[in-house]
Amino acid sequence: MTGPDTGPVTIPADEVPFDPSLPWRKSPSVALRPEPFGALVYHFGNRKLSFLKSQPLVAVVKALAEHPDVPSTLRACDVPEAQHRAYVTALATLSRSQMIERRDQP
Amino acid sequence: MTAVLPPRTPVQRPTGGRLIDQFEYGLDAPICLTWELTYACNLACAHCLSSSGRRDPRELSTAEAEAVIDELQRMQVFYVNVGGGEPTVRPDFWHLLDYAIGHDVGVKFSTNGVKLNKARAAQLARTDYVDVQISLDGATAEVNDRVRGTGSYATAITALENLAEAGMKDFKVSVVVTRENAGQLDEFKALTDSYGAQLRITRLRPSGRGADVWDELHPTMAQQKELYSWLLANGDGVLTGDSFFHLSAFGEALPGLNLCGAGRVVCLIDPVGDVYACPFAIHENFLAGNVRSEGGFQRVWQSSELFADLRNPQTGGACTKCAHFDACRGGCMAAKFFTGLPLDGPDPECVQGYGEHALAARDLELVTPKSHIDHSHKGPVRGQPTLLGIPSIPAKICDESPLAGLDLR
Repeated sequence: MTGPDTGPVTIPADEVPFDPSLPWRKSPSVALRPEPFGALVYHFGNRKLSFLKSQPLVAVVKALAEHPDVPSTLRACDVPEAQHRAYVTALATLSRSQMIERRDQP
Repeated sequence: MTAVLPPRTPVQRPTGGRLIDQFEYGLDAPICLTWELTYACNLACAHCLSSSGRRDPRELSTAEAEAVIDELQRMQVFYVNVGGGEPTVRPDFWHLLDYAIGHDVGVKFSTNGVKLNKARAAQLARTDYVDVQISLDGATAEVNDRVRGTGSYATAITALENLAEAGMKDFKVSVVVTRENAGQLDEFKALTDSYGAQLRITRLRPSGRGADVWDELHPTMAQQKELYSWLLANGDGVLTGDSFFHLSAFGEALPGLNLCGAGRVVCLIDPVGDVYACPFAIHENFLAGNVRSEGGFQRVWQSSELFADLRNPQTGGACTKCAHFDACRGGCMAAKFFTGLPLDGPDPECVQGYGEHALAARDLELVTPKSHIDHSHKGPVRGQPTLLGIPSIPAKICDESPLAGLDLR
């Protein structure tokens, strides 16, 4: 819900490529609802609805805020190296719909 | 209650795979649900899916409705589609709207526009997290009023004007596609664009009074084909409630959820708190429970036998052998049920033509299932639809009254 009045102007995420070397977090406007296969993701600001298709992905999205970048988050969540690319793609999609966002502090 | 469903062997939910396959096994809470707040309505639309008209005296009270909202918040149901009847004729409608929004339950409500004067339009424009859909079933008064009643086009247009003037963003014009308006899709789009609104088109179901006019009003096969092409060309800018997934069997899948979500990802709460598998299935066979019972809505959603039965993929029946089954998944359960077709067979509007065969092969003695829930007006209604050949009673200036027509007996 970052807007011109409440903080720095966010450049729409789809205008810059997703950069996994930066610090990210689940958007504070986003709620995760647990589901048997993963989670339903809802953004109260843009009212977009999405799904996380696996429990490990849910864990990664929740853990983003505790790590300096995406690769360290994935390692901390025990995601096998071979799957890192797929996870980065999934996170890029989530950033495009503002479900996750860059955070200022590492 | 569950005998109506064809036997399905319960299968373990798979791990991973496509979302649509996960959805077949149901969610812990609905993605969204339809909540009809009242059966009362100032209109008497010929195709009303809930046979609305008269208020049910057992309607949920304000406090009971608030309790349902509290529960939806706990279950993290992030928005509800509110309808009726005409929801805005409930005196506590505006209160419940604010209450829901204040409890993280967004509201998208459907209305014929009868209460959307300039003041209400301004109020809505100031409110975040609310969506308004104005129902219109003809791009011209002539086509609309034949189905929805004399004066209903003018009422809807006034509401659209008021919303646009108030600066309301993203409001919708909601159209049920019929044989009479299927040729007006471009006109609907132009009309909607002219108010800065968004067009939403949905499928006519043989539910409620819709069953009485379905033969006459459901789009022809040629119209379905045109509609499909139109949706492929315009789909991005037009909402459909994912209701035309049976058309996906023409070839390319339409955007959205191509699956019957009944009892799996959606359901209906009716004005007296009864929970049905979907808004188009108001019939005792699809009644899962009531929000007033112990455990409330959550227990109904998570523990009803009916919903457990629905949360299994269809594995048998004629459709599973069809090359297009993955595209349409057998179509709409309610459409099959109310036309007397088997639930594991083709949709009556199957675009591969199997529905027409199935309809033709029905036993001549067959009595199609009829809902015992009927709140239709019993007396004449001001400006009532002429579709059924009933002479219209002229609309009067005081159309604003929700009781219009009730005093004519």
